[in-house]
Amino acid sequence: MNRINKLFETKKDNILSIYFTAGHPAPETASTIIELLQDNGVDMIEIGIPFSDPLADGPVIQQSSQQALADGMSLKKLLHELKTIRKNVQIPLLLMGYFNTIMHFGVESFCKQANAVGIDGVILPDLPLEVYKEQYKDMFKQYNIIPVFLITPSTPDERIRETEALSEGFIYMVSTSSTTGAKQGFSNENMSYFKRINDMNLKVPVITGFGISNKTTFEQACEYSAGAIIGSAFVKDISGEWELENKIEEFIAKLK
Amino acid sequence: MKYEVNNRGYYGKFGGAFIPEMLYPNVKELEKNYLKIMESDSFKTEFLSLLKNYVGRPSPLYYTKRLSDKYNINLYLKREDLNHTGSHKINNTIGQILMARHLGKKRIIAETGAGQHGVATATVCAREGLDCIVFMGATDVARQMPNVEKMQMLGATVIPVESGNKTLKDATNEAIRDWINHPKETHYIIGSVVGPHPYPDMVARFQSIISEEIRKQLQEQTGSPLPDTVIACVGGGSNAAGAFYHYLNEKTVKLVAVEADGLGLETGETAATMAAGSPGIIHGSMTMLMQTDDGQIVEPYSISAGLDYPGIGPLHAHLFDSKRANFIRATDTEAIEAAFELTRMEGIIPALESAHALAALKKLNFKKGETVVLNVSGRGDKDMEAYRKHIKSETKKEKQVDTHAEKETHDIFRASYSVPENTMQQRADEINGLYVP
Ligand SMILES: Cc1ncc(COP(=O)(O)O)c(C=O)c1O
Repeated sequence: MNRINKLFETKKDNILSIYFTAGHPAPETASTIIELLQDNGVDMIEIGIPFSDPLADGPVIQQSSQQALADGMSLKKLLHELKTIRKNVQIPLLLMGYFNTIMHFGVESFCKQANAVGIDGVILPDLPLEVYKEQYKDMFKQYNIIPVFLITPSTPDERIRETEALSEGFIYMVSTSSTTGAKQGFSNENMSYFKRINDMNLKVPVITGFGISNKTTFEQACEYSAGAIIGSAFVKDISGEWELENKIEEFIAKLK
Repeated sequence: MKYEVNNRGYYGKFGGAFIPEMLYPNVKELEKNYLKIMESDSFKTEFLSLLKNYVGRPSPLYYTKRLSDKYNINLYLKREDLNHTGSHKINNTIGQILMARHLGKKRIIAETGAGQHGVATATVCAREGLDCIVFMGATDVARQMPNVEKMQMLGATVIPVESGNKTLKDATNEAIRDWINHPKETHYIIGSVVGPHPYPDMVARFQSIISEEIRKQLQEQTGSPLPDTVIACVGGGSNAAGAFYHYLNEKTVKLVAVEADGLGLETGETAATMAAGSPGIIHGSMTMLMQTDDGQIVEPYSISAGLDYPGIGPLHAHLFDSKRANFIRATDTEAIEAAFELTRMEGIIPALESAHALAALKKLNFKKGETVVLNVSGRGDKDMEAYRKHIKSETKKEKQVDTHAEKETHDIFRASYSVPENTMQQRADEINGLYVP
């Protein structure tokens, strides 16, 4: 069974997921960050594949990606770095990035190599649902890579249902109409959107992402979904840090 | 062979809408409505009336006596340089501002490189009384001050983009991000036949007025609407799309697209996407683009800011793949020389972009006396700085100035980028491997 499905089978709420950009804050820190996050009780991790033109990202993830690329990070290097990650890490790991990187790498070799190092799923915000369904569904399945799709406050209901039909792990609910970046709190309007999605009783769990930055926003997000993903706030917090151990422990402790 | 976009938004293997889900409703709204709106009588009447009375269309088709003699052809120039605001860009912005009004949008955003599209957008926004925000790479803001000042005088807000390499590609990213953050009220006026479907098709249709007029004018002047060859420069490809549009299915008409080759393909300092690129996704479209082995998009180089784009519209990728159009290259130096040739033989100072199309005259093997139409996409006012340097070097008999040194590049990928050696075969294999939607 895929580790993503296993997680959702045993844990139904307050799932804490962290995003970070591979190669940030410094080269060859990805494995360390993953292990520290697991040790501090994080349930699931999204590893960002840095891209030169991250359209859906705000300044923090843009800058972390630029820095990682300037320091020589690449998809090939990342997959190499992750070769031994499954020695100590049991929680689900997903890769998140833009489709051009994957396409240029070769979608099939990507799936194959990702599977070989123990990756459970991918989030590719600019891979359209239709293209996935027609061209890549079988390939992802063959390599046991679960694709995760996004829905937003303006996704029409019938498209949410289409997304549901193609989802095997969880649905990524984007909290607001925005690029990635931290927010201090969610409005009533945000909350009623979370509730509306919750009331749809989708067959896969929903995880909230974008704008989650602290205990308040994490709890708000968890009210109507199985859990939440924190990205920019974490990336910003560890920027320029060499003392990752204390920093990560503190960051996670503050959420609990 | 079909050259129009299909009902799924593809030109052969290229096009589509590879956009983050956040943009899906906006792009879908446009896709559902654009043809209906464009084909309505009220839209058509107003569009054509503005093109006539505001832009000054039809733009002349001018027979060049001296250049024709020199090249042993019959050379006609399509004078898009005489349009209001100085280039073909206004054809598209007039169409899109009307589209925005029909969609009920109150806030306009645009990207710009050299500032031509930014000025054309600020112009139509002033006329329509709409808020206009133009994203422009910080590097370009510094290089293109006169156009920045024009946009500001027209009432637009120019936002210098500090992300990435701070040029056109990044300005486009930032415009797209702004659209994600302001989805309801905003229409994005994209400046070329690029971006997610339906943009390439919509912009091509607005620009198709160029070849619609050429057909009529050529008929009047030569007795036939069909030339032997049509030549245009290609950045994103909108002026070329407009000049080719009504000839795409005319098999006898040769189409020549000229890309900017900067300092030359072998140096890697080029913007010739078809020669230096490979299939990939840029700004929401499957097309050809310049990228590293790791799939990172590379900052291109050309003396011409309007051709300095690492991708190309999906229509052109398809014309390349299907061999319907011939893609050739002209370097900085060849373009400058061609600009001076036109200026001194015909009294027309072209934009640097258009000068690349003119440089093709020396490169093509014409039949004696064939009819050639060349699209002069814009005028050279904005490029006087580059031309002035050439005049100086002429009079002082100095070596050609190093144009490239002028462009400070922030590109972190340039070092790891080199034009692949076995480009031709590798590229052909990659294109062949693409899925046909
Ligand atoms: C005069 C002129 N010609 C050509 C171009 C290139 O754009 P496209 O390839 O879309 O025509 C530009 C872009 O700024 C321009 O200003």
